Amino acid sequence: MIKKPIISAAQAAAKVKPGDVVHLGGFLGCGCPDGIVKALVAAGTSGLTLVANDTGIYNEEKGRSSGPAPLIKAKAFKTIIVSHIGTNPETQRQMNHGESEVVLVPQGTLAERVRAAGNGLGGVLTPTGVGTEVEEGKQKIVLKGKTYLLEEGLPGNIALIKAKKADRAGNLVYAKTARNFNPLMATACETVIVEAEEIVEIGDIDPDDVHTASIFVDFIVQAE
Amino acid sequence: MIEYIENKEIIARRIARFFASGDVVNLGIGLPTMVGNFVPQDVTVILQSENGMMGLGPAPAKGDEDKDLTNAGGMPVTVLPGGCFFDSATSFGIIRGGHVDYTVLGVLEVDQEGNLANYKIPGKMVPGMGGAMDLVAGSKKVIAATTHLEKTGASKLKHRCALPLTAAHEVDIVVTDVGYFTVKGGTFHLEEYFAPYTPEWIVEHTNADIVVAPGCKEFK
Repeated sequence: MIKKPIISAAQAAAKVKPGDVVHLGGFLGCGCPDGIVKALVAAGTSGLTLVANDTGIYNEEKGRSSGPAPLIKAKAFKTIIVSHIGTNPETQRQMNHGESEVVLVPQGTLAERVRAAGNGLGGVLTPTGVGTEVEEGKQKIVLKGKTYLLEEGLPGNIALIKAKKADRAGNLVYAKTARNFNPLMATACETVIVEAEEIVEIGDIDPDDVHTASIFVDFIVQAE
Repeated sequence: MIEYIENKEIIARRIARFFASGDVVNLGIGLPTMVGNFVPQDVTVILQSENGMMGLGPAPAKGDEDKDLTNAGGMPVTVLPGGCFFDSATSFGIIRGGHVDYTVLGVLEVDQEGNLANYKIPGKMVPGMGGAMDLVAGSKKVIAATTHLEKTGASKLKHRCALPLTAAHEVDIVVTDVGYFTVKGGTFHLEEYFAPYTPEWIVEHTNADIVVAPGCKEFK
Protein backbone atom coordinates (compact mmCIF):
# COMPACT_ATOMS: atom_id res chain seq x y z
CA MET A 1 0.00 0.00 0.00
CA ILE A 2 1.14 3.52 -0.80
CA LYS A 3 1.51 5.76 2.23
CA LYS A 4 -0.15 9.17 2.14
CA PRO A 5 1.81 12.24 3.22
CA ILE A 6 1.26 13.45 6.77
CA ILE A 7 1.17 17.24 6.68
CA SER A 8 0.60 20.03 9.20
CA ALA A 9 -2.70 21.89 9.52
CA ALA A 10 -0.96 24.98 8.09
CA GLN A 11 0.21 22.98 5.06
CA ALA A 12 -3.33 21.70 4.63
CA ALA A 13 -4.70 25.25 4.76
CA ALA A 14 -2.14 26.34 2.14
CA LYS A 15 -3.65 23.84 -0.32
CA VAL A 16 -6.92 25.80 -0.25
CA LYS A 17 -6.72 28.42 -3.02
CA PRO A 18 -8.83 31.60 -3.30
CA GLY A 19 -12.03 30.80 -5.20
CA ASP A 20 -12.02 27.10 -4.30
CA VAL A 21 -15.21 25.18 -3.54
CA VAL A 22 -14.50 23.74 -0.09
CA HIS A 23 -16.45 20.78 1.31
CA LEU A 24 -16.22 20.93 5.09
CA GLY A 25 -17.36 17.93 7.13
CA GLY A 26 -19.31 18.15 10.37
CA PHE A 27 -22.78 18.68 11.83
CA LEU A 28 -23.11 21.68 14.14
CA GLY A 29 -19.43 21.28 14.94
CA CYS A 30 -19.54 17.51 15.58
CA GLY A 31 -17.06 15.84 13.24
CA CYS A 32 -15.47 19.04 11.89
CA PRO A 33 -11.68 19.25 11.28
CA ASP A 34 -11.24 22.11 13.74
CA GLY A 35 -7.43 22.22 13.46
CA ILE A 36 -7.51 22.80 9.70
CA VAL A 37 -10.32 25.36 10.12
CA LYS A 38 -8.15 27.26 12.60
CA ALA A 39 -5.16 27.16 10.23
CA LEU A 40 -7.32 28.30 7.30
CA VAL A 41 -8.52 31.29 9.35
CA ALA A 42 -4.86 32.12 10.10
CA ALA A 43 -3.98 31.80 6.39
CA GLY A 44 -6.61 34.45 5.62
CA THR A 45 -7.78 32.77 2.40
CA SER A 46 -10.98 34.32 1.02
CA GLY A 47 -13.36 34.22 -1.91
CA LEU A 48 -14.19 30.59 -1.13
CA THR A 49 -17.42 28.68 -1.61
CA LEU A 50 -18.50 26.62 1.39
CA VAL A 51 -20.38 23.35 1.08
CA ALA A 52 -21.34 22.07 4.54
CA ASN A 53 -24.35 20.95 6.52
CA ASP A 54 -24.52 24.22 8.47
CA THR A 55 -22.44 27.23 9.44
CA GLY A 56 -21.79 25.99 12.96
CA ILE A 57 -22.72 27.47 16.29
CA TYR A 58 -21.68 31.05 16.89
CA ASN A 59 -22.39 32.89 20.13
CA GLU A 60 -20.29 35.98 20.66
CA GLU A 61 -21.40 36.49 24.29
CA LYS A 62 -20.53 32.95 25.34
CA GLY A 63 -17.37 32.94 23.20
CA ARG A 64 -18.66 29.87 21.36
CA SER A 65 -17.61 29.29 17.76
CA SER A 66 -17.83 25.76 16.34
CA GLY A 67 -17.71 24.07 12.93
CA PRO A 68 -17.33 26.55 10.05
CA ALA A 69 -18.17 29.50 12.35
CA PRO A 70 -14.57 30.82 12.71
CA LEU A 71 -14.27 30.92 8.89
CA ILE A 72 -17.64 32.66 8.59
CA LYS A 73 -16.50 35.27 11.10
CA ALA A 74 -13.26 35.71 9.07
CA LYS A 75 -15.39 36.33 5.94
CA ALA A 76 -13.66 33.54 4.05
CA PHE A 77 -16.71 32.71 1.92
CA LYS A 78 -18.35 34.55 -0.94
CA THR A 79 -20.91 31.76 -1.30
CA ILE A 80 -22.32 29.54 1.44
CA ILE A 81 -24.21 26.38 0.45
CA VAL A 82 -25.72 24.77 3.56
CA SER A 83 -28.99 23.40 4.99
CA HIS A 84 -29.06 25.48 8.16
CA ILE A 85 -27.75 28.81 9.44
CA GLY A 86 -30.08 29.21 12.44
CA THR A 87 -27.34 28.77 15.06
CA ASN A 88 -24.99 31.32 13.51
CA PRO A 89 -26.36 34.88 13.56
CA GLU A 90 -23.16 36.10 11.86
CA THR A 91 -24.11 34.15 8.70
CA GLN A 92 -27.54 35.77 8.73
CA ARG A 93 -25.95 39.19 9.19
CA GLN A 94 -23.61 38.67 6.21
CA MET A 95 -26.54 37.41 4.14
CA ASN A 96 -28.72 40.40 5.03
CA HIS A 97 -25.89 42.85 4.23
CA GLY A 98 -25.04 41.20 0.92
CA GLU A 99 -21.54 40.30 2.14
CA SER A 100 -22.00 36.68 1.22
CA GLU A 101 -24.52 34.73 -0.82
CA VAL A 102 -26.33 32.02 1.14
CA VAL A 103 -27.92 29.11 -0.72
CA LEU A 104 -30.13 26.96 1.52
CA VAL A 105 -30.46 23.33 0.44
CA PRO A 106 -32.59 20.67 2.18
CA GLN A 107 -30.23 18.48 4.21
CA GLY A 108 -31.04 15.21 2.46
CA THR A 109 -30.78 16.87 -0.93
CA LEU A 110 -27.38 18.32 0.03
CA ALA A 111 -26.16 14.86 1.08
CA GLU A 112 -27.36 13.34 -2.21
CA ARG A 113 -25.87 16.16 -4.33
CA VAL A 114 -22.48 15.55 -2.71
CA ARG A 115 -22.86 11.78 -3.02
CA ALA A 116 -23.88 12.09 -6.69
CA ALA A 117 -20.83 14.23 -7.46
CA GLY A 118 -18.54 11.61 -5.99
CA ASN A 119 -20.31 8.66 -7.57
CA GLY A 120 -20.32 9.60 -11.22
CA LEU A 121 -23.94 10.72 -11.28
CA GLY A 122 -25.07 13.98 -12.87
CA GLY A 123 -27.66 14.39 -10.17
CA VAL A 124 -30.58 12.77 -8.41
CA LEU A 125 -34.38 12.89 -8.49
CA THR A 126 -35.92 13.75 -5.15
CA PRO A 127 -39.48 14.51 -4.03
CA THR A 128 -38.09 16.85 -1.36
CA GLY A 129 -38.95 20.48 -2.03
CA VAL A 130 -41.77 19.89 -4.54
CA GLY A 131 -44.39 22.60 -4.02
CA THR A 132 -41.95 24.85 -2.11
CA GLU A 133 -39.52 27.67 -2.94
CA VAL A 134 -36.83 24.99 -3.40
CA GLU A 135 -38.36 23.91 -6.74
CA GLU A 136 -37.90 27.35 -8.33
CA GLY A 137 -35.72 27.19 -11.43
CA LYS A 138 -35.39 23.40 -11.31
CA GLN A 139 -36.50 20.79 -13.78
CA LYS A 140 -39.45 18.68 -12.60
CA ILE A 141 -39.72 15.10 -13.72
CA VAL A 142 -42.81 12.91 -13.28
CA LEU A 143 -42.16 9.19 -12.95
CA LYS A 144 -45.02 6.74 -12.36
CA GLY A 145 -47.25 9.61 -11.31
CA LYS A 146 -44.91 11.06 -8.71
CA THR A 147 -43.18 14.43 -9.13
CA TYR A 148 -39.46 14.82 -8.48
CA LEU A 149 -36.96 17.65 -8.67
CA LEU A 150 -33.77 17.15 -10.64
CA GLU A 151 -30.97 18.12 -8.24
CA GLU A 152 -27.48 18.35 -9.72
CA GLY A 153 -24.30 16.90 -8.28
CA LEU A 154 -22.23 19.29 -6.17
CA PRO A 155 -18.50 18.60 -6.58
CA GLY A 156 -15.73 20.49 -4.82
CA ASN A 157 -12.07 21.40 -5.28
CA ILE A 158 -11.03 20.38 -1.81
CA ALA A 159 -12.60 18.36 1.02
CA LEU A 160 -11.57 19.00 4.61
CA ILE A 161 -12.85 16.14 6.71
CA LYS A 162 -12.49 14.66 10.19
CA ALA A 163 -11.92 11.04 11.20
CA LYS A 164 -11.40 9.20 14.46
CA LYS A 165 -8.67 7.06 12.98
CA ALA A 166 -6.61 6.94 9.78
CA ASP A 167 -4.02 4.41 8.73
CA ARG A 168 -0.99 5.58 6.74
CA ALA A 169 -2.67 4.48 3.51
CA GLY A 170 -5.62 6.78 4.23
CA ASN A 171 -8.25 4.25 5.26
CA LEU A 172 -10.62 6.02 7.65
CA VAL A 173 -12.84 5.18 10.60
CA TYR A 174 -15.29 7.76 11.93
CA ALA A 175 -16.73 8.03 15.42
CA LYS A 176 -20.45 7.90 16.16
CA THR A 177 -22.40 10.90 14.83
CA ALA A 178 -19.14 12.63 13.88
CA ARG A 179 -19.43 10.63 10.62
CA ASN A 180 -22.29 12.67 9.02
CA PHE A 181 -21.15 14.31 5.72
CA ASN A 182 -17.46 13.32 6.01
CA PRO A 183 -17.49 10.06 3.99
CA LEU A 184 -19.64 11.66 1.26
CA MET A 185 -17.34 14.65 0.86
CA ALA A 186 -14.33 12.35 0.69
CA THR A 187 -15.68 11.07 -2.65
CA ALA A 188 -16.67 14.40 -4.19
CA CYS A 189 -13.53 16.58 -4.31
CA GLU A 190 -10.31 16.76 -6.34
CA THR A 191 -8.19 16.91 -3.18
CA VAL A 192 -9.15 15.31 0.13
CA ILE A 193 -7.44 16.14 3.42
CA VAL A 194 -8.39 14.30 6.58
CA GLU A 195 -7.72 15.47 10.11
CA ALA A 196 -7.43 12.29 12.17
CA GLU A 197 -7.36 11.97 15.94
CA GLU A 198 -5.20 8.89 15.65
CA ILE A 199 -2.85 7.82 12.85
CA VAL A 200 -1.95 4.11 12.78
CA GLU A 201 0.17 1.85 10.59
CA ILE A 202 -1.11 0.06 7.50
CA GLY A 203 -2.77 -3.16 8.63
CA ASP A 204 -3.82 -1.82 12.03
CA ILE A 205 -7.41 -1.24 10.86
CA ASP A 206 -9.42 -4.37 10.07
CA PRO A 207 -10.50 -4.03 6.40
CA ASP A 208 -14.06 -4.84 7.52
CA ASP A 209 -14.06 -1.76 9.76
CA VAL A 210 -13.02 0.80 7.13
CA HIS A 211 -15.68 3.50 6.50
CA THR A 212 -13.80 5.42 3.79
CA ALA A 213 -11.43 3.60 1.43
CA SER A 214 -7.85 4.89 1.29
CA ILE A 215 -8.05 5.74 -2.42
CA PHE A 216 -10.24 8.76 -1.64
CA VAL A 217 -7.73 10.36 0.72
CA ASP A 218 -4.72 12.46 -0.40
CA PHE A 219 -3.26 13.96 2.79
CA ILE A 220 -3.44 13.25 6.52
CA VAL A 221 -3.22 15.81 9.33
CA GLN A 222 -2.71 14.76 12.94
CA ALA A 223 -5.42 16.39 15.08
CA GLU A 224 -4.18 18.27 18.15
CA MET B 1 -66.32 30.92 29.37
CA ILE B 2 -63.20 28.90 28.66
CA GLU B 3 -59.86 30.68 28.92
CA TYR B 4 -57.07 29.44 26.65
CA ILE B 5 -53.90 28.53 28.53
CA GLU B 6 -50.90 27.23 26.57
CA ASN B 7 -50.07 23.62 27.54
CA LYS B 8 -47.23 21.95 25.66
CA GLU B 9 -47.22 18.86 27.86
CA ILE B 10 -50.66 17.69 26.74
CA ILE B 11 -49.48 17.92 23.12
CA ALA B 12 -46.44 15.75 23.84
CA ARG B 13 -48.55 13.30 25.91
CA ARG B 14 -51.12 12.81 23.16
CA ILE B 15 -48.56 12.40 20.37
CA ALA B 16 -46.65 9.78 22.37
CA ARG B 17 -49.82 7.63 22.38
CA PHE B 18 -49.83 7.25 18.58
CA PHE B 19 -46.78 5.02 18.57
CA ALA B 20 -46.66 1.21 18.60
CA SER B 21 -43.66 -0.89 19.54
CA GLY B 22 -41.16 -1.07 16.71
CA ASP B 23 -42.14 2.25 15.14
CA VAL B 24 -39.25 4.32 13.84
CA VAL B 25 -39.79 7.91 14.94
CA ASN B 26 -37.96 11.19 14.26
CA LEU B 27 -38.62 14.00 16.72
CA GLY B 28 -37.86 17.59 15.75
CA ILE B 29 -36.20 20.20 17.94
CA GLY B 30 -38.16 21.88 20.76
CA LEU B 31 -41.72 20.77 21.57
CA PRO B 32 -41.46 17.56 19.47
CA THR B 33 -38.43 16.47 21.54
CA MET B 34 -40.68 16.47 24.64
CA VAL B 35 -42.72 13.63 23.11
CA GLY B 36 -39.92 11.20 23.96
CA ASN B 37 -40.61 11.73 27.67
CA PHE B 38 -44.19 10.43 27.43
CA VAL B 39 -43.93 7.20 25.44
CA PRO B 40 -45.78 4.53 27.50
CA GLN B 41 -43.54 2.05 29.35
CA ASP B 42 -44.83 -0.94 27.38
CA VAL B 43 -44.09 0.68 24.01
CA THR B 44 -40.58 0.60 22.54
CA VAL B 45 -40.02 3.05 19.71
CA ILE B 46 -36.78 3.45 17.79
CA LEU B 47 -35.75 7.07 17.66
CA GLN B 48 -33.92 8.15 14.51
CA SER B 49 -31.84 11.30 14.49
CA GLU B 50 -31.10 12.74 11.05
CA ASN B 51 -27.49 13.59 11.87
CA GLY B 52 -26.86 9.86 11.62
CA MET B 53 -28.14 7.49 14.28
CA MET B 54 -30.82 5.03 15.36
CA GLY B 55 -31.48 4.23 18.99
CA LEU B 56 -31.22 7.76 20.32
CA GLY B 57 -31.02 7.67 24.12
CA PRO B 58 -31.49 10.31 26.80
CA ALA B 59 -29.05 13.13 27.53
CA PRO B 60 -25.92 11.95 29.37
CA ALA B 61 -25.18 12.83 32.97
CA LYS B 62 -23.09 15.96 33.39
CA GLY B 63 -19.47 15.06 32.76
CA ASP B 64 -20.36 12.05 30.58
CA GLU B 65 -20.84 14.04 27.37
CA ASP B 66 -19.12 12.64 24.26
CA LYS B 67 -18.06 15.26 21.68
CA ASP B 68 -18.70 12.68 18.93
CA LEU B 69 -22.27 11.86 20.01
CA THR B 70 -24.88 14.57 19.51
CA ASN B 71 -28.45 14.90 18.28
CA ALA B 72 -29.61 16.95 15.30
CA GLY B 73 -29.66 20.03 17.52
CA GLY B 74 -25.99 19.56 18.35
CA MET B 75 -26.76 18.60 21.97
CA PRO B 76 -25.01 15.69 23.71
CA VAL B 77 -27.03 12.46 23.73
CA THR B 78 -26.49 8.75 24.38
CA VAL B 79 -27.06 5.67 22.24
CA LEU B 80 -29.20 2.77 23.46
CA PRO B 81 -28.06 -0.87 23.16
CA GLY B 82 -28.83 -2.03 19.61
CA GLY B 83 -28.42 1.46 18.19
CA CYS B 84 -26.19 2.30 15.26
CA PHE B 85 -24.61 5.14 13.32
CA PHE B 86 -24.59 6.01 9.62
CA ASP B 87 -23.63 8.84 7.27
CA SER B 88 -25.97 11.64 6.17
CA ALA B 89 -26.86 10.04 2.81
CA THR B 90 -27.95 6.81 4.53
CA SER B 91 -29.78 8.83 7.17
CA PHE B 92 -31.85 10.62 4.56
CA GLY B 93 -32.20 7.43 2.55
CA ILE B 94 -33.94 6.05 5.63
CA ILE B 95 -36.11 9.17 5.80
CA ARG B 96 -37.04 9.60 2.12
CA GLY B 97 -37.17 5.86 1.56
CA GLY B 98 -40.27 5.54 3.72
CA HIS B 99 -38.53 3.74 6.58
CA VAL B 100 -39.55 6.32 9.20
CA ASP B 101 -43.06 5.69 10.54
CA TYR B 102 -43.64 9.07 12.19
CA THR B 103 -41.98 12.43 12.05
CA VAL B 104 -43.04 15.05 14.58
CA LEU B 105 -42.33 18.67 13.72
CA GLY B 106 -43.01 22.13 15.08
CA VAL B 107 -45.22 24.61 13.27
CA LEU B 108 -45.32 28.25 12.24
CA GLU B 109 -48.48 27.64 10.23
CA VAL B 110 -50.37 24.51 9.17
CA ASP B 111 -53.36 24.54 6.86
CA GLN B 112 -56.37 22.39 6.06
CA GLU B 113 -54.74 21.19 2.82
CA GLY B 114 -51.98 19.57 4.87
CA ASN B 115 -49.43 22.25 3.96
CA LEU B 116 -46.81 23.02 6.58
CA ALA B 117 -44.74 26.18 7.04
CA ASN B 118 -42.09 25.94 9.72
CA TYR B 119 -38.73 27.09 8.38
CA LYS B 120 -38.83 30.71 7.33
CA ILE B 121 -40.39 34.11 8.00
CA PRO B 122 -39.18 36.23 5.06
CA GLY B 123 -37.27 39.29 6.23
CA LYS B 124 -37.41 38.20 9.87
CA MET B 125 -36.18 34.69 10.50
CA VAL B 126 -34.34 32.55 7.94
CA PRO B 127 -32.71 29.67 9.84
CA GLY B 128 -32.84 27.28 6.88
CA MET B 129 -34.87 24.10 6.50
CA GLY B 130 -32.22 21.69 7.79
CA GLY B 131 -33.72 18.22 7.43
CA ALA B 132 -37.36 19.28 7.78
CA MET B 133 -38.25 19.24 4.06
CA ASP B 134 -36.94 15.70 3.61
CA LEU B 135 -38.60 14.48 6.81
CA VAL B 136 -42.00 15.85 5.82
CA ALA B 137 -41.73 14.61 2.24
CA GLY B 138 -40.47 11.15 3.17
CA SER B 139 -41.99 9.95 6.44
CA LYS B 140 -45.01 7.65 6.38
CA LYS B 141 -46.98 9.85 8.79
CA VAL B 142 -46.32 13.51 9.50
CA ILE B 143 -47.48 14.89 12.84
CA ALA B 144 -47.50 18.65 13.28
CA ALA B 145 -47.20 19.65 16.95
CA THR B 146 -48.23 23.15 17.98
CA THR B 147 -49.95 25.28 20.55
CA HIS B 148 -53.40 26.10 19.19
CA LEU B 149 -53.17 29.88 19.42
CA GLU B 150 -50.32 32.34 19.05
CA LYS B 151 -49.52 34.78 21.85
CA THR B 152 -51.55 37.30 19.83
CA GLY B 153 -54.56 34.96 19.95
CA ALA B 154 -54.32 34.11 16.25
CA SER B 155 -55.03 30.51 15.20
CA LYS B 156 -51.97 28.50 14.11
CA LEU B 157 -54.31 26.35 11.99
CA LYS B 158 -55.14 28.18 8.78
CA HIS B 159 -57.30 27.94 5.70
CA ARG B 160 -54.13 28.49 3.70
CA CYS B 161 -50.52 29.02 4.83
CA ALA B 162 -49.17 32.47 3.98
CA LEU B 163 -45.54 31.68 4.86
CA PRO B 164 -43.18 29.74 2.53
CA LEU B 165 -44.00 26.03 2.71
CA THR B 166 -41.78 23.33 4.13
CA ALA B 167 -43.84 20.81 2.16
CA ALA B 168 -47.16 20.71 0.32
CA HIS B 169 -50.00 18.30 1.24
CA GLU B 170 -47.90 16.11 3.53
CA VAL B 171 -49.32 16.68 7.04
CA ASP B 172 -51.51 13.80 8.26
CA ILE B 173 -52.12 14.72 11.90
CA VAL B 174 -52.11 17.97 13.87
CA VAL B 175 -52.01 17.88 17.66
CA THR B 176 -52.50 21.13 19.55
CA ASP B 177 -53.19 21.81 23.22
CA VAL B 178 -56.95 21.80 22.60
CA GLY B 179 -57.34 18.67 20.50
CA TYR B 180 -56.15 16.24 17.88
CA PHE B 181 -57.02 16.65 14.22
CA THR B 182 -56.59 14.59 11.08
CA VAL B 183 -56.21 16.29 7.70
CA LYS B 184 -58.34 14.77 4.94
CA GLY B 185 -60.06 16.09 1.82
CA GLY B 186 -58.99 19.69 2.40
CA THR B 187 -60.45 19.91 5.92
CA PHE B 188 -59.34 19.43 9.50
CA HIS B 189 -61.27 16.66 11.25
CA LEU B 190 -61.47 17.00 15.04
CA GLU B 191 -60.93 13.50 16.38
CA GLU B 192 -60.41 14.25 20.08
CA TYR B 193 -60.68 17.29 22.32
CA PHE B 194 -58.86 18.04 25.54
CA ALA B 195 -60.86 19.33 28.54
CA PRO B 196 -61.77 22.07 29.38
CA TYR B 197 -62.12 22.80 25.65
CA THR B 198 -65.22 21.64 23.79
CA PRO B 199 -65.72 20.98 20.06
CA GLU B 200 -67.79 24.17 19.90
CA TRP B 201 -64.99 26.24 21.45
CA ILE B 202 -62.43 24.70 19.11
CA VAL B 203 -64.47 25.38 15.97
CA GLU B 204 -65.03 28.96 17.11
CA HIS B 205 -61.33 29.60 17.86
CA THR B 206 -59.84 28.05 14.73
CA ASN B 207 -59.40 30.03 11.55
CA ALA B 208 -59.90 27.04 9.26
CA ASP B 209 -62.59 24.59 8.18
CA ILE B 210 -63.18 21.89 10.79
CA VAL B 211 -65.43 18.89 10.66
CA VAL B 212 -66.17 17.34 14.05
CA ALA B 213 -65.55 13.65 13.33
CA PRO B 214 -68.51 11.31 14.06
CA GLY B 215 -66.53 9.46 16.75
CA CYS B 216 -65.03 12.60 18.28
CA LYS B 217 -64.41 12.15 22.00
CA GLU B 218 -62.62 13.62 24.95
CA PHE B 219 -59.01 12.48 25.40
CA LYS B 220 -58.23 11.18 28.87
